[in-house]
Amino acid sequence: MHIVVCIKQVPDSAQIRVHPVTNTIMRQGVPTIINPYDLFAVEEALRLRDVHGGEVTVLTMGPASAEDSLRRVLTFGADRAVLLTDRFFAGSDTLATTFALATAIRKIGETFGAPDIVFTGKQTIDGDTAQVGPGIAKRLDFRQLTYVSKLVSADPDAKEIVVERRSEAGVQVLKSKLPVLVTMLEGTNEMRRGTLEEAIAATRAEIVTWSAADAGVEDMQKCGLRGSPTIVKKVFAPSARSEKAAFVEAEDQTPAEALVEAIFERQPALQEDLAALAGGY
Amino acid sequence: MAEAPKAPSKQPPAGGRAASKKELPEHFKSYKHVWVFVEQERGQAHPVSWELLGEGRKLADKLKVDLAAVVLGPEGEATQHVIGEAFNYGADLAYLVADPLLEDYRNEPYTKALTDLVNTYQPEILLLGATTLGRDLAGSVATTLLTGLTADSTELDVDEDGSLAATRPTFGGSLLCTIYTLNYRPQMATVRPRVMAMPERVERPVGKVITHPLGLVEDDIVTKVLDFLPARDSSKSNLAYADVVVAGGLGLGSPENFQLIRQLATTLGAEYGCSRPLVQKGWVPSDRQIGQTGKTIRPKLYIAAGISGAIQHRVGVEGSDLIVAINTDKNAPIFDFAHVGLVTDAISLLPALTEAFRKRLSPHNRDKLASRRAR
Ligand SMILES: Cc1cc2nc3c(=O)[nH]c(=O)nc-3n(C[C@H](O)[C@H](O)[C@H](O)COP(=O)(O)OP(=O)(O)OC[C@H]3O[C@@H](n4cnc5c(N)ncnc54)[C@H](O)[C@@H]3O)c2cc1C
Ligand SMILES: Nc1ncnc2c1ncn2[C@@H]1O[C@H](COP(=O)(O)O)[C@@H](O)[C@H]1O
Repeated sequence: MHIVVCIKQVPDSAQIRVHPVTNTIMRQGVPTIINPYDLFAVEEALRLRDVHGGEVTVLTMGPASAEDSLRRVLTFGADRAVLLTDRFFAGSDTLATTFALATAIRKIGETFGAPDIVFTGKQTIDGDTAQVGPGIAKRLDFRQLTYVSKLVSADPDAKEIVVERRSEAGVQVLKSKLPVLVTMLEGTNEMRRGTLEEAIAATRAEIVTWSAADAGVEDMQKCGLRGSPTIVKKVFAPSARSEKAAFVEAEDQTPAEALVEAIFERQPALQEDLAALAGGY
Repeated sequence: MAEAPKAPSKQPPAGGRAASKKELPEHFKSYKHVWVFVEQERGQAHPVSWELLGEGRKLADKLKVDLAAVVLGPEGEATQHVIGEAFNYGADLAYLVADPLLEDYRNEPYTKALTDLVNTYQPEILLLGATTLGRDLAGSVATTLLTGLTADSTELDVDEDGSLAATRPTFGGSLLCTIYTLNYRPQMATVRPRVMAMPERVERPVGKVITHPLGLVEDDIVTKVLDFLPARDSSKSNLAYADVVVAGGLGLGSPENFQLIRQLATTLGAEYGCSRPLVQKGWVPSDRQIGQTGKTIRPKLYIAAGISGAIQHRVGVEGSDLIVAINTDKNAPIFDFAHVGLVTDAISLLPALTEAFRKRLSPHNRDKLASRRAR
């Protein structure tokens, strides 16, 4: 079985600061991490390989420094890492991103064997769209199984896969055909620690590095800014509410009573709502 | 499908690309009207669809165009009922693809139905809920149509020349950005449940319904539904749509103390929620998380105890009518957006608060209320 996992190196967004005067993002020195959601996809891919044999290829599109994240996934036991990096990709929105990644996955197929499953995370913490997975599936003409909470079975010979997929009202049990694209839900498994040998091998491993041309991109118009139908017009910090909270001070009541008083004072109608809601006793 | 500007490659965005705005290509000029995809699962419409119709109404009025509801589903009463509701929530007309193959949600037939409708009837704006269904579908449809999609928008507007301006959080919620799809149609956006207010429901007659064939047979569809396991009622939370929500954060100190949140919630007939670290620590199940990467809520009353009010939490609760914060630190950021604050130890306050509410809402007091109402 050949499994491709798409991961993204993202800024540790909790640490992003906005310049108080210019309102621009201060990016210097922001540490990067592997998009946490992608680790569930990596682990699921490794488990499948351990059961069925085959190889796991990790793929990322990003700056040259994204090599760090790929190397980390190699320490977990992935077999191969591909870095797609080119200035033509800069400024890609999700449509342009899926064009680049789908093209690279086709090239991976030609070079290392056609993939049976492509995994992505549910979403990234910087882009946070959950659209890249479905977009790749469409471009590769793979079926897509999103929000997968459990891989029930995969049969490489019959080319079948059964999964549990989270929906708003419950869980769908779906059967589909390989090749397929799966986006993994968080919390579905626990990332393994790699072995010492894997860690050593990872530091020496060669990262397959492709430019747009290497990956087989013919039409640069579909990449980066030019290939992106959406444009970001402005980035800004959320405005602060002008008024601060009114602090409750207890005088001749307990703080709890004073708080209840303050709540009903502001929203008298709540008293009836609560009486109705709390009805049971 | 905008995501925010990519972190490593971003210029201060405004200038260049927006300025290079070109004329809309000729073949897109006939694209008119605002569409809302009405999501239903097993005959049950998702309320986010009505929230979107409310928002779509405003956009359509500004553009002076029609607002259409798009309904996909099996033939039958449940689907007819959903169409009726779409008119009650403000649609001017509806597009319907009714076929037994659309009974359960599956990506392939739904993508085909929606893209066929778009290609035939050509809307300028298409809105979907950012649910597991809507996000699955929107990504496929936008990629098939090769158009732009702004995911998880928190604000929608049309600018002077009629372009859709979709604002969404970026960088994990620490910033906002406004995104345009200038030279492509339709302009697509998804919006999470509860981000937009629920519009008023007004009984209206069913208006024009345009039906369109699916054009598929079961053998064309690769993915099969083997089973559906409805969420157990006990585990299903109504957090997003609750009128009263009580939530706890790290300030509670231990999973045992989180019980105090549950007790208060039970007393109030409320739903309980939490900040993200409590989910990460395994104290509380993940469907109880409130915020950017959890649920968005809009209750009449939100009580937050031991929550600092980080921006990612704030964006999920800002639509609440009344926000009450309990925190030992009077400088905690939550007091910047709460309406009522109490600086105190939540662990000792919570049991007293539960008791104070219980007294206030006791049958005796309730009777007094009822008699007042009767008068
Ligand atoms: C990409 C990304 C997405 C995120 N998404 C979310 C999200 O969806 N939801 C979310 O909540 N967070 C989210 N976060 C995390 C967020 O940034 C904060 O870290 C988190 O909300 C903090 O949780 P907290 O307020 O419980 O803990 P803390 O920030 O540690 O605050 C605890 C508070 O409790 C107070 N306190 C301490 N003891 C007491 C006491 N005895 N009584 C009363 N008060 C006390 C303290 O003064 C403090 O203000 C996200 C972060 C990132 C990077
Ligand atoms: N630049 C990228 N390189 C590789 N994979 C990516 C990239 N961007 C997104 N992905 C994958 O697509 C998933 C969804 O991303 P997003 O649509 O940005 O929320 C992520 O969890 C990754 O698995």
